Amino acid sequence: MNFLEAKKVVKKFANHTALDRVDMEVPENSIYGLLGPNGAGKTTLIRIINQITGPDEGEIFFNGRPLQPDDVHHIGYLPEERGLYKKMKVGEQAIYLARLKGLTKNDALKKLKYWFEKFEIQEWWDKKVEELSKGMQQKIQFVVTILHEPKLLIFDEPFSGFDPINTKLLKEEILKLKEKGATILFSTHNMESVEELCDHITLINNSRTILHGAVDQIKQNFKDNIVELTFTGDESLLQSKLIEPFRLRNTINLNSHTKAFIELGDTGNINQLLKILVNDIEINGLTELLPSMNEIFIKVVNESNQTVHADAVNA
Amino acid sequence: MSKIGLIIKREYTTRVKKKSFIVMSIIGPLLFAAMFVLPAWLSSMGTTSKKNIAVIDETNKYANVLTDTESLNFTMLQSDKEKKIRSNYKDLGYDAYVVISDDLLKDPDAIKIYSDAPVTIDMKQHIKRDFEKFLEKEKLESFNIDGLDNIISNINNTTVHISTIKLGEHGSEKESSTELTMIVAIVFAMLIYFFVLMYGTQVMRGVVEEKTNRIIEVIISSVKPFQLMMGKIIGIAMVALTQFLLWVVFTIIIITGIKFALFPNGEMPTRMDNQIEMVQASGGQNTNVAQNSDFADEFTKIMKKANSLDLLGSVLAFFFFFIGGYLLYAGLYAAVGAVIDNETDSQQFVMPIIMPLILSIYIAMVAFRAPDSDIAFWFSMIPFTSPIVMMARIPFQIPTWQVFLSMAILVASFIFTTWFAGRIYRTGILMYGKKVTYKEIWKWFRYSGK
Repeated sequence: MNFLEAKKVVKKFANHTALDRVDMEVPENSIYGLLGPNGAGKTTLIRIINQITGPDEGEIFFNGRPLQPDDVHHIGYLPEERGLYKKMKVGEQAIYLARLKGLTKNDALKKLKYWFEKFEIQEWWDKKVEELSKGMQQKIQFVVTILHEPKLLIFDEPFSGFDPINTKLLKEEILKLKEKGATILFSTHNMESVEELCDHITLINNSRTILHGAVDQIKQNFKDNIVELTFTGDESLLQSKLIEPFRLRNTINLNSHTKAFIELGDTGNINQLLKILVNDIEINGLTELLPSMNEIFIKVVNESNQTVHADAVNA
Repeated sequence: MSKIGLIIKREYTTRVKKKSFIVMSIIGPLLFAAMFVLPAWLSSMGTTSKKNIAVIDETNKYANVLTDTESLNFTMLQSDKEKKIRSNYKDLGYDAYVVISDDLLKDPDAIKIYSDAPVTIDMKQHIKRDFEKFLEKEKLESFNIDGLDNIISNINNTTVHISTIKLGEHGSEKESSTELTMIVAIVFAMLIYFFVLMYGTQVMRGVVEEKTNRIIEVIISSVKPFQLMMGKIIGIAMVALTQFLLWVVFTIIIITGIKFALFPNGEMPTRMDNQIEMVQASGGQNTNVAQNSDFADEFTKIMKKANSLDLLGSVLAFFFFFIGGYLLYAGLYAAVGAVIDNETDSQQFVMPIIMPLILSIYIAMVAFRAPDSDIAFWFSMIPFTSPIVMMARIPFQIPTWQVFLSMAILVASFIFTTWFAGRIYRTGILMYGKKVTYKEIWKWFRYSGK
């Protein structure tokens, strides 16, 4: 079941269209990546989900029904542009923000106590925010975002400003939140973390959805049908054995063995390849090469920009 | 607690805990108390030192023109002493000297006062008056009319004394002081000006702070921008009211304190003269006591005049126009805060807001001299100037319908400006790093309907 759905969402500003009939289906209890170059319209979509601004057309469905004002209590949002009141004390401020999300003072206190102990930051409670480092402030901001145990979490570039240790800590927490049943919408330019965390993605460029689906499926769709073969033996023998549709792209000689990159072509498959090679060379390993999300991102966005450009020229 | 309540509470508590708020709460009443105490103190202090003035009359015509007073003592000197006295008039015990070099009827400029200390207006006026009186008499005598003195004194006896009696609702009479009414009027007007400016700016600062802190997006994912704006405006209004009430309370405490210091027995005597006579009769010339009594006398007079004003109506109206005026401007200040990225950019947008406020003060100056004039009337109806101008008029008992009409216009106007500002605010708070023009703001206003 989809926990969050965007249907044909259109948002126009005075001078440009930020979202042009964008669809998105976020399955319940998944980590969903919202990707796209700068200025693609991601933040606008996130703001519409948070009801900071409203769509001109289209609709957002939350938990199976149209989004309602009170749903903000079930959403936790960590915006890219984030900060805290600098002159306010950490604890006081955390309680204030939690109560704005509908928690009672006692609940907020209890939960904050748990998280402050867990992150070992109790001694920050009575400090003013301006006395803390940026990373510390980010940590508090994260705690405040998840404190009211929202069903939907929206993280916009959550790892910016964190050192690798805290980034790891944060990733673990995000995965734990998923285990506990939360649905997570995750917007980032860091493709490594997308591969690490996301189950599904939507890629937006120039206000439109240009790619969406499960990460595994997308990788399959974008693979070039290349395998990486590690073997011991004569390279020229390998070359001579490879017949249509197989083609050797290049090889890398390592100390004891050789790595060969073989194109399977349109009709070839791994079984056939093994059949023709298995008697003549000693095979150490064979892996199908899948494109990284980074490569897919660049490829798809570039193609989409060219079409837009071509459209503009034709028009 | 509702969300807007939470916001109001935060805005309020963070501000009243600030040092600047506490400092202002103490300094304000001291100034107010000084307003009551200083005039009394000054007028009792003015008579203390006696000045000796030498008079050198080169014409030998004006021997007995100058009369001594409590504070001025004139000594006629030989006319050839001018050169000598210039160098040592102070050693001879004079504070200043007057030289008359020619017949003043022929040359009115022929009289000069020399002194190394500034010559007080009182002294100059006294000398001038004495000479004018004398010359007037001299001129009149040159007409040679019999019994002229009698005629003149007869004419001079025609005087009219006007006392202003304000009629109360039940036909009661109170003697009022026009001067004090004017002071009350201008103090109320200035207070509104001051509070709107000070707390309006605080609203703007608060919005800019949330923008530069980047906390704004976190908050408006929990509450509506309009709730945040209204929470801030109301919270700061409560800070302003708290400040004002603290001022009133502290001022009363200070004035009561002074009252008790002067009259330990509690009751303020109605006629101070009796007491002074009593003191003088029993204890001889104890200047210190006499001086204190002088001060107490003046203080009592001012307090009595203050009591005679119909303050309650003015105070109620003050609260209304104070809150109304603040609400009218606070929304606009919030919108300006939303439009700019930091306070240094505020100038071009704050100017149009401050202009009507400054204009109000000028109009108020006119209004409290002529509360029934057209200009005072119209500007006390226009909402952007009405809070200040109306406060300058109200102590003068203007028709009630005018007050209520002005109030109604003000309420309608602040509802409009708040709505207008809200639309600019909700777009502006999410805009960063853009130099904004008025044209752009107009666009935001039109597009933020949804």
